[in-house]
Amino acid sequence: MNNLKKENVFLKQLGNAKAVPVMLVLFLQFVCFLIFAPKVFSGYRIYMSFFQTVPPQLVLALGLTLVITAGEIDLSFASVVAFSGFVFSYVFRATGLAFPALFCALASGALVGVINGVLIARLRVPSIMATLASNFFWGGLTVLLCGGLNWSIKEIRNTFLHTLFVGRIGGIFPAQALWGVGLAVLLWFILNRHRFGESILFIGDNTDVARVMGINVENTKIILFTVNGIIASFAAVLLTLEITNFYTTQGQGFLLPVMAAVFIGGTSISGGEGTIVGTFFGMYIIGSLEAGVVSTGIGGYWVRLTTGLVMAASVIINVNIKSRGKKIIDTIKDSVFFKAFKKE
Amino acid sequence: MSKAGKGHYTIQIKNMEKYFAKVQALGDINFTVAKNEIVGLIGDNGAGKSTLIKIITGVFPPTSGQLLLNGRVINFKTYNVKRAHELGIETVYQDKSLGELQALWRNFFIGRQITGRFGFINVKKEKEIARQIMQNMIGFRGAGITVDSRASTLSGGERQGIAIGRAMHFDASLIVLDEPTAALSLKEVRKVLNFVHKLKENGKSCIYISHDIQDVYEISDRFVVLDRGRIVADISKMEITLKQLNEFLLEYAHGKKE
Repeated sequence: MNNLKKENVFLKQLGNAKAVPVMLVLFLQFVCFLIFAPKVFSGYRIYMSFFQTVPPQLVLALGLTLVITAGEIDLSFASVVAFSGFVFSYVFRATGLAFPALFCALASGALVGVINGVLIARLRVPSIMATLASNFFWGGLTVLLCGGLNWSIKEIRNTFLHTLFVGRIGGIFPAQALWGVGLAVLLWFILNRHRFGESILFIGDNTDVARVMGINVENTKIILFTVNGIIASFAAVLLTLEITNFYTTQGQGFLLPVMAAVFIGGTSISGGEGTIVGTFFGMYIIGSLEAGVVSTGIGGYWVRLTTGLVMAASVIINVNIKSRGKKIIDTIKDSVFFKAFKKE
Repeated sequence: MSKAGKGHYTIQIKNMEKYFAKVQALGDINFTVAKNEIVGLIGDNGAGKSTLIKIITGVFPPTSGQLLLNGRVINFKTYNVKRAHELGIETVYQDKSLGELQALWRNFFIGRQITGRFGFINVKKEKEIARQIMQNMIGFRGAGITVDSRASTLSGGERQGIAIGRAMHFDASLIVLDEPTAALSLKEVRKVLNFVHKLKENGKSCIYISHDIQDVYEISDRFVVLDRGRIVADISKMEITLKQLNEFLLEYAHGKKE
């Protein structure tokens, strides 16, 4: 009896879980890869390379999920990847110390975030405009400060920070993948189980309701953008450490894939609901497409086209499961198998 | 309810005035709500109903006058919506009571979560209490509605029921219902009125605002009629029938025309 109850709860949660469709898409995608490029995808190396390249974008997407759930948008993260990467390399080159460099990089992300937050919450600039401007400004400032030059920071390979964030566990597994999972777990708890996350949900849902229920909407937004700035600068550190190089345009290519990952994950563009788990799998879908498509042998020209198809497919599945998911669950419950199970 | 010690009135307003720039919105307002009394506030648009309500709920202060809550004088310098919540004044609005996409248990506790260490929410406890509120306080028997249901799956009347239940749970001494039945179907209005009856049974005081005189008559113990910023009538239900009240209001409307 007790067991049955547990089963019921499990099915119900499966039906409510927004991340099921996106997990399905990721699964199907890898099945396709296995069929069309069996040589590459039956080995472990390709997966390790995904765990190496996806985490910086994943970190960005996780932070962005919170912002989009609050009904806002942050386009400045791409330039934070460049700016904080610059700050990180600059401090490391100047001092030779890795941890102070990390601290300064995170602080630079926080600075960008606070300014975004004040522009949006206090000066009432729409977030899309404020963060677009901010994206140009900080990206431009980075180019100015570094004089348009790329810097190598090879010496950082010998530091503990490098091992901690991007080392290879057992000589194989990239540590940054675990940091990505860790951040996802933390942000899941923040969004779904913390007072701050609940404020974000209600602000995204209806700002008036949030206000009359005693939420300080302006302060919450400033904190939210600051947190996102810090998260973006963490992504910058992961990326810079991995490639042991700073280049002026780093992160600019992340803008659209990261946003796509959040949306195909199932987070609502109109705010009020967001899914960290969906974003997690969504980012791995986007992040593994390019390498996957290339290794099937049909050629690199197909990458963009395939990406478009997968995005459309994910959203279609997402929307349909949302509306019909309950029906499917009910069908399972009414099925012969389940009834037989119930009698026992 | 014990009336000793705290005085007979939940709320008392003495000689209140409110000016917006040089325009008088309220003048010479003397208004009370007794313990466990439901007062129907009636008046046309622009009569000053919402101005009065906003002063009581802490949205803005009056130009002059006194507000006493449970016999204690309110200091308007430190009075705001949050303070009003703390002092037990809850408001149920027509449309901004619940977050549509959020589960009911979240809606019950938003802004006043039960939290453990580091501000993490005690979900189990919140759900348990939410369940109790739904079953015991407001007698919620909607089919298939649980604490995990989203607010958007509820009908308009049920949503107001949730908001009223929330106000009851947080032990409000005064609940302001600001046109809770506007834009609802007749059946849903019935539900809301039943919830308001529950409020009365639970010993709460209410200010009920509605354009529907019949509803106001049914639910209220006393009627206060506002017109152009002044109280023009303060009548107990004992002294007047629905027909008389309707006639009185009609006369008033005609009187204004001339």
